[in-house]
Amino acid sequence: MNEDRTFLIIGASQAGGWVAQTLRHEGFEGKVILIGEEPYLPYERPPLSKAALLGEVTVDSTYFWSQETLDEANIETQLNTRVIAIDRNVKEIVTEGGTRMGYDKLAITTGARVRELPVEGADLPGVFYLRTMENTLAIRDAVKDGTTAMIVGGGWIGLECAATLTKLGCNAIVIESADRLCGRAVTPEISDWMLEFHTSHGVDVRLGTGIEKFQGAGQLERAVLPSGDTIECSVAVVGIGVIPNAELARDAGLEVDNGIVVDDRACTSDSDIVAAGDVTNHPNALLGRRIRLESYENAQNQGIIAGKAMLNKAEAYSELPWFWSDQFDANLQMIGLPKDWEETVTRGDKDSNEFVTFYLKDGVIDGAISVNNPRDLRIAKRLMLGKKQVTAAELINPETKMQGLLKR
Amino acid sequence: MSDANIEFHSVANTEEVTEDEPKAVSIGRMDIGIYKLDGEFYAIDDICTHAYACMTDGYIDDGQIECPLHGALFDIKTGKAMTAPATIDLRSYEVKVDGDQIMVGVPKTED
Repeated sequence: MNEDRTFLIIGASQAGGWVAQTLRHEGFEGKVILIGEEPYLPYERPPLSKAALLGEVTVDSTYFWSQETLDEANIETQLNTRVIAIDRNVKEIVTEGGTRMGYDKLAITTGARVRELPVEGADLPGVFYLRTMENTLAIRDAVKDGTTAMIVGGGWIGLECAATLTKLGCNAIVIESADRLCGRAVTPEISDWMLEFHTSHGVDVRLGTGIEKFQGAGQLERAVLPSGDTIECSVAVVGIGVIPNAELARDAGLEVDNGIVVDDRACTSDSDIVAAGDVTNHPNALLGRRIRLESYENAQNQGIIAGKAMLNKAEAYSELPWFWSDQFDANLQMIGLPKDWEETVTRGDKDSNEFVTFYLKDGVIDGAISVNNPRDLRIAKRLMLGKKQVTAAELINPETKMQGLLKR
Repeated sequence: MSDANIEFHSVANTEEVTEDEPKAVSIGRMDIGIYKLDGEFYAIDDICTHAYACMTDGYIDDGQIECPLHGALFDIKTGKAMTAPATIDLRSYEVKVDGDQIMVGVPKTED
């Protein structure tokens, strides 16, 4: 069969790249065009707050696929291109420059953008966000040994950024409005561990306070807290969450509710349009509810499903949400999105920074968080998928072989 | 490559590697993971081809090792990259058992 169809992908992101690659892996021979706003090929975001911010890696090394690999797969890219509308009646997209491009099938992988800090002075030079390669390069240029950097938000991005800036010789001050770190993602005990861990590495963490405003004459000079205290700083990095880039889909009349609503095959309410990654609100059969994830694994695997869905080959997608974070010499990983758990138990030693905390519900593991113990976290994932009965006592017992619990 | 270019190094005692617990070893500057599958020993590069992670910290299932960082699966016997995000195989090395010693063959270095 002569294939003359054109499949467009809006968003040259991790998810978008996997859609394109999957189309080729599955033998699609029509046109595949990956359209991105940024000047870069799809790149890895995890290094943005770590190795790329440290200056240890080049931009090219963060690409998922080199230009040659994309060329070989005959995946066209159209970078520096913003799509402003989807005209579903005629199956065309419209770019900012007014160009119209027709599609037979369309994938939306537009991801998310940072939530902006609505305070006076947030637009001063020196106030940064951390989401894109451009953001990272700008922060790296702005800091040097001895710079005082204010980090607004004690979540994953803020803490990773604080760790990296500390390594670069900056005085990092983390401001978190809640009374504990990563409050939405971890137990109070782990928040306490994180506070102790960061403090011991020289980060100045201040809980229970926001920012009133930023001040400076043409450049950030200080942050003013609601208490009236001021903190002299020349750099601030704001990490207070992201908002899904779902407006394009909403304006085109697709169903949108905290992200683009898709089914378990990444299909939107239009049978010719799929969506994947941070921008989707999707059902998760394992959790029994709809979720929107900001995760590496989801961007990859839902992207793969979306690619298959464009060829009507998709299987139902559902996996336990999994996240990780690297801060100083600690690797944290989380599996599941625990809700309504009955108790938490910790295996290992918090003081040695190597442990796993399990969330238990009805005699099975409902989620787990590991610090410097990725292996037990992976076993926890299998225990969860197999709905294996476990007790708090055996999880705590260091004599228990975790892998042995799987053989039940 | 002829055998003359391969040099065998004793890296571990056979007791140190079990079906569930691989072992990370170094030969010169090479990091290699030693695995046991169905009674046989295998050696593959220990650093994931996708990003910096020690494969031996990963999880073994059905003849495959799962990278602890991003979850890519590799075939333990061949080093072949089986799933995303990895696309490049891990190098695999010849293994001999001499008494209770596991020997791994790697290309000779200049020194």
